[in-house]
Amino acid sequence: MQTRRETLKHSAIVAGLLATTGLFPQYAFAYNKGAFEAKSVADAIKALGAGAPVESKDVTIGGPDIAENGAVVPLTASTTLAGVKHILLLVEKNPSALVAQFNVTDSVEPNFATRSKMGQSSDVYAVAIMNDGKAFFAKKEVKVTLGGCGG
Amino acid sequence: MADPMRIRAQIAGDKATVRVLMSHEMESGQRKDAAGKLVPAMHITEVSASHNGKVVLTADWGSAVSKNPFLQFTVKGAKAGDKIAVTWKDTKGDTRTDEATAA
Repeated sequence: MQTRRETLKHSAIVAGLLATTGLFPQYAFAYNKGAFEAKSVADAIKALGAGAPVESKDVTIGGPDIAENGAVVPLTASTTLAGVKHILLLVEKNPSALVAQFNVTDSVEPNFATRSKMGQSSDVYAVAIMNDGKAFFAKKEVKVTLGGCGG
Repeated sequence: MADPMRIRAQIAGDKATVRVLMSHEMESGQRKDAAGKLVPAMHITEVSASHNGKVVLTADWGSAVSKNPFLQFTVKGAKAGDKIAVTWKDTKGDTRTDEATAA
């Protein structure tokens, strides 16, 4: 005989499992909310289940040295490593560090460009997460003259 | 429904450089309106790109991607006439797909 408490506990566990498998419609693409809410670079990478990142010359981050307008900062992230699973773009001092996560397949090159908002001058990171869970990063300082996050 | 995306796929050798310009507010949830109230976040969270119907790239975005987002990526093994389609979905559940032909 199961008590009501046990039943509730089990359903909570099952709900958790379902969420991770992406069966719930709001998680249809398994959007990793935790990673995007993480405040720091380390937390965001941890939320994605990767190991401690190591600085690598094979990962490249591109961006301006000085960005006049923090609302539009062009950033590029690329790597020459093989077996990349994800490429992340992070801005360290933004309210939430993770800007974008690209899920790489064999049919695209691990080389992406986009534009990001930056609240203030900060280090920006490109992180490559490999198929085996290792993480490599490159960083660059971008100075922002006018912040792009607040009003 | 949001405005259409501008997609350009340019062939160089056996690769196609795809540039996408989406039309979206990308409200970060940090900004305050004239009354001092926070404007709720409303931004693109998921982007996917397909090459002749096969998904080649998916991306998850946070609120820090700029307004009217720009995205550039390179598709391997592409040739002129191939179809490149891009889809985005935002926090409201709005979605839009546009397609371009590589040239």
